[in-house]
Amino acid sequence: MSKIETASATIKPPKTNIGIVGWSRAHLFNGWINSALTLFVLYGLYKVVPPFINWAFLHANWAPVSGTCSESSGACWSVVTANIRFILFGFYPHNLQWRPLLAIVILVLLLFFSQNRKRWNMKLLYIWTAGLFIMGVLLKGGLFGLESVETDNWGGLPLTLLLSVFGLAAAYPVGILLALGRQCRMPVIRSFCVVYIELIRGVPLISLLFMSSVVFPLFLPEGVVINKILRAQIAIILFTAAYIAEVVRGGLQGINKGHYEAAESLGLNYFQTMRLVILPQALKIVIPPSVSILISAFKDTSLVVIIALYDLLKTTQSTLTDPKWMGYSSEAYIFVACIYFVCCFAMSNYSRKLEKELDTDRR
Amino acid sequence: MKLLNKVVPTLVASVCLSASIGMAGTLDDVKAKGFIQVGVNGDLFGFGKPDEKGVWKGLDVDTARAVSAAVFGDADKIKYTPLTAKTRFTALQSGEIDLLSRNATQTLSRDTDLGLNFAHVNYYDGQGFLISKDLGIKSAKELDGATVCVLPGTTTEQNVADYFRVQKMTMKPVVIESTAELSKAFFAGRCDVMTSDASQLAGIRAVAPNPQGYTILPEIISKEPLAPAVRHGDDQWFDIVNYSVMAMIEAEELGITSANVDEMKASADPKIQRFLGVSPGNGKALGLSEEWAYNIIKLVGNYGEVFERNVGVNTPLMIERGLNALWTNGGLMYTPPFK
Repeated sequence: MSKIETASATIKPPKTNIGIVGWSRAHLFNGWINSALTLFVLYGLYKVVPPFINWAFLHANWAPVSGTCSESSGACWSVVTANIRFILFGFYPHNLQWRPLLAIVILVLLLFFSQNRKRWNMKLLYIWTAGLFIMGVLLKGGLFGLESVETDNWGGLPLTLLLSVFGLAAAYPVGILLALGRQCRMPVIRSFCVVYIELIRGVPLISLLFMSSVVFPLFLPEGVVINKILRAQIAIILFTAAYIAEVVRGGLQGINKGHYEAAESLGLNYFQTMRLVILPQALKIVIPPSVSILISAFKDTSLVVIIALYDLLKTTQSTLTDPKWMGYSSEAYIFVACIYFVCCFAMSNYSRKLEKELDTDRR
Repeated sequence: MKLLNKVVPTLVASVCLSASIGMAGTLDDVKAKGFIQVGVNGDLFGFGKPDEKGVWKGLDVDTARAVSAAVFGDADKIKYTPLTAKTRFTALQSGEIDLLSRNATQTLSRDTDLGLNFAHVNYYDGQGFLISKDLGIKSAKELDGATVCVLPGTTTEQNVADYFRVQKMTMKPVVIESTAELSKAFFAGRCDVMTSDASQLAGIRAVAPNPQGYTILPEIISKEPLAPAVRHGDDQWFDIVNYSVMAMIEAEELGITSANVDEMKASADPKIQRFLGVSPGNGKALGLSEEWAYNIIKLVGNYGEVFERNVGVNTPLMIERGLNALWTNGGLMYTPPFK
């Protein structure tokens, strides 16, 4: 008995069932359809990847001079390296560009620091307030001996981040209020919220931006000028808030009626019910859809080009109108796409993590 | 959309005209705030576009700088507002900008309906066709049935449609919003022929993969006098802009350049003396300092210098003076006497 046992323990499975060979047999070549598909995909990769690597890296041109590009067959990253400062910072005065750079670094550090939920308390709020103040001073100047820079000269990456971070941060609470208002029993508030949400969702962002920049100033009294970036910012907030509101409403309706009744029977008033019972659950359910709205809102900020704000995408396009760089749009757009991808990927990644942390057995 | 393009600015113009009554003069406004708000193109190399350092460059930009030099004695008291073809006139009408210097073609309806005043032309352009030599076409009249790459929202789109209709030919337009993408589509063979202002075509051909493979057809199908514009109803400001442009042209005719303007002040020629404010009069008449023209030439240059610096044969655009030469050299640049 014992002899047989040891024998069976030492017999290894056939080589074709383990290791890389076994794995690929199980997953890639189990049956003739899958084998054909695998070969087809491999062939496709072989056709696409090496030429791309050749183009993007091996034969690419990195020196920030334009003349050398036309001779090489590879990518001309020079279009990015030569114009990097304009692409990233737009019209910000050349010798002061360390300031927006520092502001971006602070923003990234703040975001990174606050991703841990254990740090979500009043202290974090103070840290953010201080951080935002420092960023504002860095960008605007005029304090502590920093040279003042007009908001007209803001552009590039700082503008994109400014519009999206503030837009998203402000739109979320507004959207929650709208969603609550839409469920409210008071008819005036409810109909206001319904009209607002439907109206905003019924027009494209581009027309809102256009209204805010072209039509809105016509109705202002003579001499009153509202900053262009602020106008665009408000348009983005109003727009995103309406979408957030609908998503949050979905979450509110997804909560079992028993929770409302239980909270009421405990003697909680409306605000307590919402804050302690309903919203924590509702917001948790709607994390995935609200993140997809936030991501699309982030990408939508590039529409501010139509009101002549030079965000990241516009500065890139502007670079491409220079005859020296006109043919190299692929390289420049790939670069910008990478920046957008990093931001969006970080957002969706973080949301998945948050979802997992908050998932307290709803199913 | 076409209708909308026309209706909205007209509507806005009528609102603004009623609003602008009783407004202070633009010159006083500009002096009070300390800068001129100028609408420029933003994407047009040679005319209005920021360089790698974010500094504005171009013929239209230099035109605006001339106005700034005349008003402030400093060519850079300007804030630029980049405008698209669709927003440019509204921005001027709503008072968002004081001066529009954005390769805008002067037309009757813009001059009247839209409530604009166009100053002296700073570039005479005309619409042409760029085509691959391989097609073997020698004249625009052979273009029947061609696919045509064209920018939307401009007079260009309308002109080419008109031209094909008059010639009883058919065309398939390929409309793409930006010049860079449009030319890429053209070089990739998306369309047989590309149409735009001749000044653009030269520059676009210069960046072709093989510039020798393309040719510009001899037909110029439209007149495109590009001029800076101001709002109706402020004659003094109009005069200042108008004479700032003409001062650059006059200086070229008188042989005054940014290099020799200081020596020229000592000239015995009464024309030059009047022009540079050595014998006073012109400045007072415009409501400016007597040094106004001197400042323009000293800080910006004469028209020839500005032209060569931004679009001339030594730039990537490689444009000959042509119609934009002085009248004495067979061009159209002609100014009234400065006295």
